[in-house]
Amino acid sequence: MDSLILASLVLPVFGAAGILLAGRWPNLRESVTIVTAVATFACVVQLVEPVLAGSQPGVRLFELFSGLPVAFRVEPLGMIFALVASGLWIVSSIYSIGYMRGNGEHDQTRFYVCFALSIAAALGIAFSANLLTLFLFYEILTLITYPLVTHSRTEKAKRGGRVYLAILMGTSMLFLLPAIIYTWHVAGTTDFRVGGILPATLTPGALTALLALYMFGIGKAALMPFHRWLPAAMVAPTPVSALLHAVAVVKAGVFSVVKVVAYVFGAGVLAGQTGWLIAVAAFTILAASIVALRADNFKRRLAYSTVSQLSYIVLAAVVLTPLSTVGAALHIVSHALGKITLFFTAGAIYTAAHQTEISQFDGIGRRMPWTMTAFTIGSLSIIGIPPFVGFVSKWYILSGALSAGMLQVAAVFLLSTLLNAAYLLPIVHRAFFREPVHDDHHGEHGEAPPFMVIAVCLTAAGTLAVALFPDVLVGLAQRIVSGGGV
Amino acid sequence: MALAQHLPALQVILPLISAPLAILFRRAGPAFLIVTAAAWLSFAIAIALFLQVDASGLISYPMGNWQPPWGIEYRLDRLNSFMLVLVSGMAAVVLPYARGSIEREIPHESHYMFYAMLGLCLTGLLGIVITGDAFNLFVFLEVSSLSTYVLIAMGRDRRALTAAYQYLIMGSIGATFIVIGIGFLYLMTGTLNLADMVPRVAVIESSRPGLAALAFISVGVSLKVALFPLHQWLPNAYTYAPSSVSAFLAATATKVALYALIRFYFTVFGDSFVFGKLPLPEFMLILSLFAMLFANAIAIFQDNLKRLFAYSSVGQIGYITLGLSFDSVHGVGASIMHLFNHGVAKGAIFLLIGGAVARMTTRQAAPPAPTFERIAGLSKAMPLTCFGVVLGGLSLIGVPGTAGFVSKWYLVLAAMEKGQWWLVGAILVSSLLAVAYVWRFVEAAYFRAPPAGRETGKEAPFALLIPGWLLILATLWFGLDTSFTAGAALDAAQQLVHSGN
Amino acid sequence: MLAHFTNIITVFLMVAGLFIITARGNLIKKLVGLSLFQTSVYLLYISPGKLIGGTAPILSPAFTVYSNPLPHVLILTAIVVGVATLALGLALTVRIREAYGSIEEDEILALDHSVEDDEARESH
Repeated sequence: MDSLILASLVLPVFGAAGILLAGRWPNLRESVTIVTAVATFACVVQLVEPVLAGSQPGVRLFELFSGLPVAFRVEPLGMIFALVASGLWIVSSIYSIGYMRGNGEHDQTRFYVCFALSIAAALGIAFSANLLTLFLFYEILTLITYPLVTHSRTEKAKRGGRVYLAILMGTSMLFLLPAIIYTWHVAGTTDFRVGGILPATLTPGALTALLALYMFGIGKAALMPFHRWLPAAMVAPTPVSALLHAVAVVKAGVFSVVKVVAYVFGAGVLAGQTGWLIAVAAFTILAASIVALRADNFKRRLAYSTVSQLSYIVLAAVVLTPLSTVGAALHIVSHALGKITLFFTAGAIYTAAHQTEISQFDGIGRRMPWTMTAFTIGSLSIIGIPPFVGFVSKWYILSGALSAGMLQVAAVFLLSTLLNAAYLLPIVHRAFFREPVHDDHHGEHGEAPPFMVIAVCLTAAGTLAVALFPDVLVGLAQRIVSGGGV
Repeated sequence: MALAQHLPALQVILPLISAPLAILFRRAGPAFLIVTAAAWLSFAIAIALFLQVDASGLISYPMGNWQPPWGIEYRLDRLNSFMLVLVSGMAAVVLPYARGSIEREIPHESHYMFYAMLGLCLTGLLGIVITGDAFNLFVFLEVSSLSTYVLIAMGRDRRALTAAYQYLIMGSIGATFIVIGIGFLYLMTGTLNLADMVPRVAVIESSRPGLAALAFISVGVSLKVALFPLHQWLPNAYTYAPSSVSAFLAATATKVALYALIRFYFTVFGDSFVFGKLPLPEFMLILSLFAMLFANAIAIFQDNLKRLFAYSSVGQIGYITLGLSFDSVHGVGASIMHLFNHGVAKGAIFLLIGGAVARMTTRQAAPPAPTFERIAGLSKAMPLTCFGVVLGGLSLIGVPGTAGFVSKWYLVLAAMEKGQWWLVGAILVSSLLAVAYVWRFVEAAYFRAPPAGRETGKEAPFALLIPGWLLILATLWFGLDTSFTAGAALDAAQQLVHSGN
Repeated sequence: MLAHFTNIITVFLMVAGLFIITARGNLIKKLVGLSLFQTSVYLLYISPGKLIGGTAPILSPAFTVYSNPLPHVLILTAIVVGVATLALGLALTVRIREAYGSIEEDEILALDHSVEDDEARESH
């Protein structure tokens, strides 16, 4: 069991080394990526059974400080995140091959190496047993994704990279680190434990301050006003935006938020104290959706949509009911699947048609039927329309909010669902129901490269498949609460 | 065996005799071998002594078998055995590096003198750390200082001469202040032995000469420590000295002076007096904050890479003095840890920069100054060097996984224990300042196009790359395995902080 | 007051030396100031060592009061250190003269700044 955990972490690192060595032979190099991704997923999947059964396998490495080890423990929430990250790595590797080759991108070896290492860091976060380990891999993730965000090395990429790094490192250093050290100072431990680890002697003022430090310190969850890094990161190549900024990095953020709420504070401790946070999250949901509505750049719209959807998860977590916690965990999955589909579409359109602005997408569905159909399915999932998986997670969250009597929260959700539809469906409409424009701007083009189409269809199908066969994921999510997590 | 008994003496004597032997041989090759052998043996002895202190506690060695307090005594506890490992370790790494790097910086006829001076400098630094006698400390201080002035003056740029002169004037004032302080202490206590002074100083420390002694020693040592605002000599000295000298000094000179400060404040005067009855904590706090915030901010705007990292050193020294001002186990422990962690990281960075400069030096011309203009796009030609500097920079920032994180953790913890939340903020803000100047390097080296003709340049010479990378790997190692650094530092702090007010 | 006249001289030399170092721009004069400053320290150590009525520190049953030899020993060391420092400083001054053509601090700074301005101009 220990070896499985360590293997999942170490395989991507070895894979990265292999990619580096195979740099000169692209086909070999890409095969190394795919093989590593599949192997990693295989290791992660084998951990599902014991976790579903209630055991939480773990391994303790070494003590960084006395009493503070770097340690791993696989619990249901981390299992979900790990499955999402490692599973979607396979799909996005396939996609990356199509994208990088279709666009003739430079420095592909560096790209694949950093990608593999990012997944290792994300898995490190998923499996962390205490705050110190989480922080270690959290910072590594920020640093290792920087070369990916600034891949194109243009001035624009440099500026985007600066915002990215400034906000993520700024929040983690100024807020998250002191929060962790303070927790260590008052609790004597940074382990994640059911019911929280904070002593009862903490005053409500200190508690709120600590919670604020954590929530704003976990900048990857993109709570306003520390969300700007996400649109800034859109300067990255789309595979990066898709896997990292729809899945790995952002989910690491909300995952950390849920872990902190559930296992550092504990629902009992926080009861009734999270009003301000609910307000911040609700504001983020609505404000980001409105910005998304007004954005013409496709990736920018998707970025703000992500900011908004991340706060769904934060909101669901701080509503502090079992149902909403299950919903939060499931939304990690459903948003990942849906948003990665949408981002894949963005990259496909860029590669095939060289367009990035939505106003130029007229009639593109005729030329790229597979891609845009997948987009439609992804959009429907994000909006929350059955039978797609987005509906399942939203249902749980809504039920949780209603069960706690939080009618305003429910209202926010319903309103934002309408906004989701408002900023996603017009794109579908444009793509299929408008005549394509024929001018110098729009050359004749066909579908995107096959690898990209395969990938986007796989994730779109995933939104349906997971909805139809939800047992494993829902089972894991329910384990979080039945194990006494909330 | 009999030799093992005399290890403390050998620690100093070996480098000491290597210097005149090097001069005797008059040729670079034998001089290098002798001094390097002495440095490596010193390192081995330092490790042996550390392990001995670990096992048996205090070691007291009377020089020439003259018993203290009349004879000079070498006295080893946790703190100085730890420092010995740092100083000798750095010398052991820098000497093989120096062989390659001074090729282009110093005329060949003077190489043997360079090695001799490095041997003397090592002697002086080791002597300061190991001795238990106050005046002996001054003597070794001057030995190391004078050899340092010579080493700096050997830099190729003529500004190295003025930098050395400026350091000479300021350093001599500092050393003289220290000896005035020691003089007052001797007059009042009648002894020069540091351990013997402890009970005697307790009686007289509130008297005017006692306070004067403390003041003179503080100012004198602060000059050597380059504590803001007495840091003026440091940027010039580090910038214009030969690369190996910059690296060695950055890692050891100020750290050893800080050791002297700790020794006088905590052991001789006692922290309950220094930090309890005098306003020193507030004073040190303000100066440390200035150092941390101003020096790091100034670093961001420097054009010359070596000068940037020199100001960064002044800032990092601010962390160390801040930790001391807390007078708690975690605070003082953080300081001692940071002596080591910063020394290794900064030494690594200077070694790597020196390697890049060496590669960029064309035959016979003076080594180019590493300005941002000249290192633009360096990652294409020298990927390993640049990545190494980035990793060293991450340690300066204090990213987890590097040694710098470990000291920062304890420093923040110490501030929290004092309830000083605004200080926590100040420490973390200065880390962000470090992000700014490290990222200037990243953007210049990785994002800018190299000047024409350098895309096809080669990596830094391997002889120079390897010592630098050795220290980078050490930074990463000590970022994850803290049993040596944090363990020794916290132990030493336990011994030093008596009252823990 | 007069009983402490050695202390007064000590302080005078100390301050005079420091003043010369800071107030004079000529490199050699600075070194003179440094030497003066260091001389004050010698006096500081030696004068308390000589006790009134104390004899040379050679044990003899005829005498009971001895002057303290230790300060003399210390100061011998300090004098040697001072000499070495002075020699080094003067050697540096000679080299600076060769390199800059001047031993006045302000002229040297001006030369350095003009070089730095040239460097800055050519790199932009």
